[in-house]
Amino acid sequence: MSDIKLYIRRVLIIAVVIYVSFLLQVGVFSRLRLAGVTPNILVCIVASYGFMKGRRYGTVIGFFSGLLLDIFSGGIFGTYAMIYMYIGFLNGLFRKQFFGDDLRLPMILIGTSDLIYGIITFLVLFAIRSQHDFYFYLMNIILPEVVYTLVVSIFVYYIILHLNNWVEKLEKKGSDRIGNY
Amino acid sequence: MRQRKASGGIPSKYLLMILSIVCIMLLFFSYSTGFSGGPLETIANHMFIPMQKGIDYIGSSIAVSSADTKTKEELVEENEELRAQVDDLNSTISNMELKIKELSELQELYELDQTYYDYETTGARIIGKGTSNWFNTFIIDKGSKDGIEKNMNVIADGGLVGIVSSVGDGYAVVRAIIDDTSNVSATISSTEDNCIVSGSLENMTSDNLILFSNLDDDEDKVAIGDVIVTSNISDKYLPGLMIGYVSSVNLDENELTKSGTVTPVVDFKHLSDVLVILQQKESYKNE
Repeated sequence: MSDIKLYIRRVLIIAVVIYVSFLLQVGVFSRLRLAGVTPNILVCIVASYGFMKGRRYGTVIGFFSGLLLDIFSGGIFGTYAMIYMYIGFLNGLFRKQFFGDDLRLPMILIGTSDLIYGIITFLVLFAIRSQHDFYFYLMNIILPEVVYTLVVSIFVYYIILHLNNWVEKLEKKGSDRIGNY
Repeated sequence: MRQRKASGGIPSKYLLMILSIVCIMLLFFSYSTGFSGGPLETIANHMFIPMQKGIDYIGSSIAVSSADTKTKEELVEENEELRAQVDDLNSTISNMELKIKELSELQELYELDQTYYDYETTGARIIGKGTSNWFNTFIIDKGSKDGIEKNMNVIADGGLVGIVSSVGDGYAVVRAIIDDTSNVSATISSTEDNCIVSGSLENMTSDNLILFSNLDDDEDKVAIGDVIVTSNISDKYLPGLMIGYVSSVNLDENELTKSGTVTPVVDFKHLSDVLVILQQKESYKNE
């Protein structure tokens, strides 16, 4: 019984995180454009959960954040779901290297994730339509987005880290009490 | 083995495989049938649109309060300028009225009854932009409840903004004409030569321009500054909607057609309200 409760609570918390970050990305940060780009907060969320909680979390969270973007982008349904899912999975491979206090690995991973996201988007959605000027897109869209995302991700990462620690503490407490009981 | 037990549920390898297959199926399904969310759209509609409207309201009220801080002198000056403009416009209007009367008389003589610009429209607010930096799509706060359907044209500032690409209950996604995947069949209004106007992310980010191509202009009549409007032969866009001005013309390598760049009339960077035309090209044809 308590297992199901735990499970529901976990799912709810993650759903709220995705909800808020989607609203931030589409509603708030699209008004705060720097150099013509908006930061990609959903990639931060997917990558952070990937290397904090492992491959399964990363895959599922990536899939659902991607679906959300698919609904509101009006393109071919499933493209973003696929891209985000693999980003989540790949980040999950780095869980063993991850220690909470060190900011270097998370930053490198989030930056690389956004870079990969940019390059894949270019390959899948642009190069296929014979838009071959990769250097231009790299300098004007991909790299500015990576930089802006990294700046924002410092805050996003700490929020998720604390949220995660809080949830884990809560769950530990709960299981202890059940054990004593 | 132990690890799998500890984490419980399906191992990540299989999970990734299953979800990949789901994704690929979705891709094919969406590509072949134009599926764009179905029941998911309804859920998204009820969860996200109210919040986005709220964020938009706060954002716009902040923008208004910054506009309030004009000084009295500035306002007086602006008032005088506007008064002069009103006088100017009044004289033009009376002039135009005469011309319109003449035009309608002539049209009656010719039994022409084409009212190109009398489309029924509904106003909508943009409540979300940019699900990614690669595509110029945005979300407006009206959907199928307000009579909006897929492929309806969207205008603002007297120019074409884009086309509705998917509709939910209370929202619609609009693809702008500056989007990289957008193609519009267009006409140079002075020479009535047809061409294709396509959005370009590359030219938009560097020079705020979009491209036109396939222009058949043997007599070199098309010049810089000519007006480009949507053409009669387009299957999705209504005829006579203004797109922009020609800003450069070049002969293609095949030496038969011309291509070049267009400056759009709509300021896409500062767009907050749009008008959706509640009439579609198919129904226009039937009438």
